[in-house]
Amino acid sequence: MALKGNLRDFTITQLLNLINLAQKSGTLMVEGPGEAAQIYFREGKLAYAQVGQEDNSLASILYRANKITTAQHRAIKARAGHMSDKELGLLLINANYLSQQEILNSLQSHFVNALNRIFTWVEGFFRFESEASPPNGKITVRVGLENIIIEGSRRLREWEQLQDEIPSLDMALKYVDRPGLNLRNVNLSVEEWRVASYINPKNTMRQIARATKLNDLEIRRIVYGMLQAGLVEIVRPEGAPPIRTFTERVVESGNKEEHISLINRLIRRIRSL
Amino acid sequence: MQTVKMVVTGPFNAGKTEFIRSVSEIDVVSTERKISSDAERVKATTTVAMDFGRITVDKDLVLYLFGTPGQKRFDFMWEILSEGMLGFVVMVDSTRPETFREARSILETFRAYAPTPYVVAANKQDLNDAWEIADMRIALRLSPKVKLLPCMAQDKESVKTVLLELLYSILAEMDALES
Repeated sequence: MALKGNLRDFTITQLLNLINLAQKSGTLMVEGPGEAAQIYFREGKLAYAQVGQEDNSLASILYRANKITTAQHRAIKARAGHMSDKELGLLLINANYLSQQEILNSLQSHFVNALNRIFTWVEGFFRFESEASPPNGKITVRVGLENIIIEGSRRLREWEQLQDEIPSLDMALKYVDRPGLNLRNVNLSVEEWRVASYINPKNTMRQIARATKLNDLEIRRIVYGMLQAGLVEIVRPEGAPPIRTFTERVVESGNKEEHISLINRLIRRIRSL
Repeated sequence: MQTVKMVVTGPFNAGKTEFIRSVSEIDVVSTERKISSDAERVKATTTVAMDFGRITVDKDLVLYLFGTPGQKRFDFMWEILSEGMLGFVVMVDSTRPETFREARSILETFRAYAPTPYVVAANKQDLNDAWEIADMRIALRLSPKVKLLPCMAQDKESVKTVLLELLYSILAEMDALES
């Protein structure tokens, strides 16, 4: 019977620990919040990973790892688009573009990053299929899970803390009105500056993350730093679908006087308690 | 008969049940259970669904006070309880800075559900190790516009002040919306 369940009951960390200790081979399929992942293992070691619809071709992975240039990437896509990753890898090694180790290191780093991303999925379903193996023609790696589990646990703790601080990414940010505050005097990283340029009550944090290509953990980390430094505050986004509050309903209904009278009756009653 | 409601929320053991008990004219209908987690064994029982108190204003109007469960694993109740509320009170235990972060999180969550007026009640201000209100404002990252009120949940007068301040905020918002 396939190993399956809910991430609320059995976390990614526990799953990886089980796969590691039992030296399992097969595919872990995880349906997370709005995304799915397939992680392949061989004898308890990470072999291959695909998260969401991300382009997992060798050419794209090497390009993102800065191992090939934009022009080379484009040329490979145009001329060798039909090749499998294994064939392309051999071609690159034989043509002395890259060594076997460089290709394997890029793939390892990509797969480990993919696995790290799913550590913060605390909602969703998982299924482990012993028979399933990576897609044909893909290059697999062998990465021990111990370090990944330790790093993932760290990320999960950080995630939980940031989730407490910033529960919803559907809220917006605005700079605080503080006399003497000059953003130019604050030392921000490149990524923080990119986020800073989008801070506006019209943009939700989710939109900023999308525009700056940051994942949920990364955007929360940056916003948390800015909140702690007192640079920004969380506000409801401008132009968001209005949630009609009691008071707004009152004003719209035209019975304002009646409702003011209601609040005054409440005030008088509570005073008299 | 018209009914209106206010919600009292805040972290575990902030004093929400006590707050409602101080002003409710009925015995608070409380859904308390023995605490199973060692980490949260600061008190013997905790609210798992909601507390429910009532203040009859006159023959046509009743105010209900709903207390949310403080433990995070019951947060699915929060949205249900916040539906249609007049406003809400966030209770914070002034002597337990380790709960401030959670209080901020709860506050942000409720603000996301509905932009209704709210006040923050700094409970247990009578205790020696209570944080100063000004320090709590910074720690809770509350803007100067948000009312942060000293409170002692067992003291009826103190609870009345908090509820009145919330009602004044609701009145002020009605005025602001009109203009």
